[in-house]
Amino acid sequence: MWLRISAIVMRFFFLHRRSVARVMEIFFWPVMNLLVWGFVTSFLQELALPKTVLFLIGSVILWDVLYRSQQGITLAITEEFWVKNIINIFISPISVAELLGAICIVGIIKSLVTTIFLALLAFFLYSFNLMETGPGLVLFLGNLLLFGWAVGLFTMALIFRYGRAGEALIWGVPFLIQPVSAVFYPVGVLPLWLQKVAWLLPSTYVFEGMRQVLATGVTDMFKLGVSFGLNMVYLLLGSLYFGWMLRRVREMGYLSRMHLE
Amino acid sequence: METGSAAPITEVSRLCKRFGTVTALDSLSFRVCRGEILGILGPNGAGKTTAIHCMLGLVTPSGGSIRIMGLDIARHRRQILQRVNFSSAYTALPANLTVYENLVVFARLYGRKDAREEIARLLELFEIEDSAGRLTGSLSSGQQTRLNLCKAFLNDPEILFLDEPTASLDPDIAAKVRTRLHELQLERGITTIYTSHNMREVEEMCDRVIFLAKGRIVMQGSPAAIIAQSKSRSLEDLFIVIARNGHLYEAVDDREAEPCGSE
Ligand SMILES: Nc1ncnc2c1ncn2[C@@H]1O[C@H](COP(=O)(O)OP(=O)(O)OP(=O)(O)O)[C@@H](O)[C@H]1O
Ligand SMILES: [Mg+2]
Repeated sequence: MWLRISAIVMRFFFLHRRSVARVMEIFFWPVMNLLVWGFVTSFLQELALPKTVLFLIGSVILWDVLYRSQQGITLAITEEFWVKNIINIFISPISVAELLGAICIVGIIKSLVTTIFLALLAFFLYSFNLMETGPGLVLFLGNLLLFGWAVGLFTMALIFRYGRAGEALIWGVPFLIQPVSAVFYPVGVLPLWLQKVAWLLPSTYVFEGMRQVLATGVTDMFKLGVSFGLNMVYLLLGSLYFGWMLRRVREMGYLSRMHLE
Repeated sequence: METGSAAPITEVSRLCKRFGTVTALDSLSFRVCRGEILGILGPNGAGKTTAIHCMLGLVTPSGGSIRIMGLDIARHRRQILQRVNFSSAYTALPANLTVYENLVVFARLYGRKDAREEIARLLELFEIEDSAGRLTGSLSSGQQTRLNLCKAFLNDPEILFLDEPTASLDPDIAAKVRTRLHELQLERGITTIYTSHNMREVEEMCDRVIFLAKGRIVMQGSPAAIIAQSKSRSLEDLFIVIARNGHLYEAVDDREAEPCGSE
């Protein structure tokens, strides 16, 4: 089992080792995002707003974790379609669980690299210390990774089913989630009905929790617990949906057709 | 040739596959003996690729059963996949990895321990050892085809599924590849299930062929036997006749032919 998982991890390592574009992907976009929001923050601070606007920088870094985690899992599979390798993978003895496991491992590694890099940059440029979020930080990050995977499972299932037509979703879905999970502002500013939706998303608890820690120094473990619970529910649903879609795809013969599209 | 063990290595019974209103496979029954090279022939859309994909578990049949090495593909897919392999002109290995990297990844997927030596041996066998360090995407399509074949031998498969494996090869290389496949087959006793639109190649390679038309088997036997039986001049002529008049033929249950090991 580990040999097969390591095979897929290796495949990604080989891919990134040589590709400037892929390494840029890990650093360039996140850094640009951080710069924009970092300067917005500096500007707001000049307006003599309270120090808490610093949370914007935290939001950028944490949002990136969620976004990358979802992208990672979805793109990894989509890429195999693009390069017509999907059949080779699916006729090898790797199980779907092993394949997903390998992709998640790659996702964790990439997220860690980006997060550490952004955190360092934020510290030196804007003296924002992500560590101030305290020991809860690991839980914040963990919950975002998990939610990213859950969403990734859904988007990936749709790619399997709808092929090229579904690809817009890879980028679309996270941006559907972003405004609702109160990434850059408190949930309170959302209309009441939307707040109800927001509390159904594990990510909302993380961003709220992060702001709370930065403002008051208190980590709300209850919120993190709820977030984790929701994540488990979504991961379960995501896996079931993905498994169901895969059976449909085998019935419809999409695995053999997709590369022709 | 060794066809000693009497149990067929692959047995397909009443295999059906419908895609919506299209019937791709219509109650297909055949068996393959150990060590045999079976050709699946038929016009475009006859169901050759669908049949192979069903046997590999890529497509779930609408009806019927497939037993490979005594195991039911519906229940033992991964055990079967560990012991078979597939290559086609229509799949590719990731273009942005080198030839060697790709083979290393797949050797691991199949749990191969002595990957390094085996990869070297296969690259040499298919005459692409000079390209080992090149990016897969930079290979010519013929070289990529040969790389696909290297991949297909990485797990020492007991059954090899080849869907138009020589489609993009020049005649010289195609001939060499056929020789290699023959050698490997003799050396390792591999069973091969083969599709091709090159009738000369089929005559040369296959011990037996099944002819598909509209998802049914309309003729089966050794190339020589069916040419004689149909009074055609060549397999190519026979192909054209069947392709144009497939609907006039009765479906054949290939399992009624001699049992394995009767030679
Ligand atoms: N995933 C699919 N969805 C819908 N129809 C399909 C699918 N796969 C195959 N078909 C249909 O099933 C029939 C058999 O197709 P198949 O690809 O098996 O033919 P083939 O014998 O391999 O042909 P060729 O010589 O062109 O490769 C065709 O009519 C094809 O359109
Ligand atoms: Mg075909």
